[in-house]
Amino acid sequence: MNEHPVGTPVPVPDLPPGRVLAEVLAPDPILSAACKTVDPTDPAIAQLCADLLATMDVAPGCVGLAANQIGVDARAFSLDVREHPKTRTCHGRFVLLNAEVLEASRNEKAREGCMSVPDFTGDVKRATRLTVKGVLPVTGEEIVIRTDAFEARALQHEIDHTNGFLFLDRVAGAHAIHVRKTYL
Amino acid sequence: MSRFAVTVVGHDRPGIVADVTGALAEHGGNIEDSSMTLLRGHFAWTLIVDIPDATAADLDQTLANVNADRLKVAVIELADEDDADEQAADYWLTVHGADRPGIVSAVTRVVAEVGGNLTNLTTRLAGGMYVVGADVDFPTGVNVQQVTEQLTTTATELGVVAALRPADSDVL
Repeated sequence: MNEHPVGTPVPVPDLPPGRVLAEVLAPDPILSAACKTVDPTDPAIAQLCADLLATMDVAPGCVGLAANQIGVDARAFSLDVREHPKTRTCHGRFVLLNAEVLEASRNEKAREGCMSVPDFTGDVKRATRLTVKGVLPVTGEEIVIRTDAFEARALQHEIDHTNGFLFLDRVAGAHAIHVRKTYL
Repeated sequence: MSRFAVTVVGHDRPGIVADVTGALAEHGGNIEDSSMTLLRGHFAWTLIVDIPDATAADLDQTLANVNADRLKVAVIELADEDDADEQAADYWLTVHGADRPGIVSAVTRVVAEVGGNLTNLTTRLAGGMYVVGADVDFPTGVNVQQVTEQLTTTATELGVVAALRPADSDVL
């Protein structure tokens, strides 16, 4: 398995033109079910990856998008934290399939929200040092990504989506859920 | 539709929430926002509930079995008004230091004088140490830096430490 060089962009293969798709909102049940493992060489998955990137790119402030957030039952998500001020290590704008966490440490609590849960935020503990493995679309190359800080949080949030978990399932305590007041 | 605030305060025991919600459910009550905690071991719960075709007197009667000597239930009918929907910046206010009277009033006065609104507040006393945590919304245009400086001055006079930080939430 290829351990991707820390801080260098994860490659995005040639993909078909992406479509901007409608976002699914909670309490849609697709957001609360574990998604199916995907075949990275399936042309439909390449189209899905293109759609994820296209939809993420046009959503204001969006730093990540999981397939079930656009109504597709597939373990796939896009990520792009390049412009976020809390980002330290960054692997660019990419798509990852069948991802799972290998190692996680140094938990920190922060308030996070989700495009699929627009009316709430929650205080969630997430690891700030993270190692994940996943598969790249089209080539099927397996990679391991080591990262930290905000990219680590975003990766855990998206992997949670692929496992059917929202941040609401992770909040740190009874008083850690807040009605969201600031909209992008 | 009638909307009520119900407060339940007193001696803690298992089953209070189940008892209160069970009684409200008999009237078709729908619990909206609520917040419950233990305050120095005392049960304290406030909830907003919608109940069609009910009066405060109906609820008083329904909750009579819960309303015992060591647990007090109060029902207030709320005026029909729209939920607040104002965009605002969020900040976390924290204060800590040796306990003494007047800490909460002094620091919250600084916030109130610029129109800041507390949306959550927790105060805890343990071992002589007093801790305040609050979520604060400021109206547009407030100079938060100046408020922070005033809070620091006020806190110093009280011998405590105050901090005001943006409660920025990241949308993922």
